[in-house]
Amino acid sequence: MRRHHLVAVVAALPCLVPALLSAQNTAQTTGPARLDSPFRPPVNFTDNNAAPPIPADVTDDRRVARNYPEQPPVIPHNIRDYQIGLNNNQCLTCHSRQYTGASQAPMISITHYVDREGQTLGAVSPRRYFCLECHVPQTQVQPVVPNTFKDVDSMISRPSDGGDRR
Amino acid sequence: MRWTLPDFLLRPWRTIAGPSRYLSLGFLTLGGFAAGVMFWGGFNTALEITNTEKFCTSCHEMRDNVYEELKTTIHFTNRSGVRATCPDCHVPHNWTDKIARKMQASKEVWGKIFGTIDTRDKFVEKRRELAEHEWARLKANNSLECRNCHSAESMDITKQGARASRIHQQYLFTGQRTCIDCHKGIAHRLPDMNGVPPGWSEASNDTNEPITRWLAEAPTGPNPHAAR
Repeated sequence: MRRHHLVAVVAALPCLVPALLSAQNTAQTTGPARLDSPFRPPVNFTDNNAAPPIPADVTDDRRVARNYPEQPPVIPHNIRDYQIGLNNNQCLTCHSRQYTGASQAPMISITHYVDREGQTLGAVSPRRYFCLECHVPQTQVQPVVPNTFKDVDSMISRPSDGGDRR
Repeated sequence: MRWTLPDFLLRPWRTIAGPSRYLSLGFLTLGGFAAGVMFWGGFNTALEITNTEKFCTSCHEMRDNVYEELKTTIHFTNRSGVRATCPDCHVPHNWTDKIARKMQASKEVWGKIFGTIDTRDKFVEKRRELAEHEWARLKANNSLECRNCHSAESMDITKQGARASRIHQQYLFTGQRTCIDCHKGIAHRLPDMNGVPPGWSEASNDTNEPITRWLAEAPTGPNPHAAR
């Protein structure tokens, strides 16, 4: 009997050793095993983690400054069920040139009337028709990845290092 | 010369006008009452059955087109779970108006029998016409079906966005506009809106008239809406 046990343990050794080692490894890290990706919550991809709550849209109707001049302005109002399609574009019932006087909405810029050949058209260019390709509402949520972007003004106005770039 | 009814009318008239020969007065009154209850109750029950979403969506024309479109909108799914069914918006609650609408709907039975919109293509083709009927109906009754739930009196404009609050005060509360003028396509996909001006524009009453007054007439003074 005793001899059989010994043989069994020796036979199982190649399987047991890595298992023991990995058990030791996980024991060293505190809490659940954390993956290195910053885009992922600290859970294994095999786990069923609960979805985070859907944050509320920012709908305070206040224009948001652009972080850089080319940034498409973000949408500060609710756009639920706004229809943009073959039949109509609901955004343009306020933001197209002829209605901005009445609606006081910002006019879509002249670039939206220019087709890809540089021809200015009488109406919105088809390539610019689907507003939400570029312009999106914002939500009250912290970014998953920290962003250290600084706009050009803060770059220009930072204290000079006197050309010393060491 | 004395004018008399022709014989085929005279006979039934004499039967009705004469007293009952075999049936008791009690039987006639009570039986008439019971038959009336059964007829009226049955009529109203049948009417109410045709007034349910289940009945509407039992036809594929409604189920596959407009009902599918409704499902994504706020009138079907929202935080509080209160929702509108087809008859809430499309059938008046008031009895006489309801009967009038039901009589109009007999045309829809005709359409169903002859397959007026029995394919998706036919439906899309007719969408503008169908939508215009509903816009005209709601415009004519001052958006009655909207107001069955959404009352201007109970509307707390301080809870609304700045735009919505301003527009409601200026256009809805003054009665210049009604709900459907601006809120088209809130429960279904819109048709081709070519030539349909935005609801807030002056042209919405008369398409030939250009937009003459602007929505954004600058509010002046502490209470800009007192004068309006």
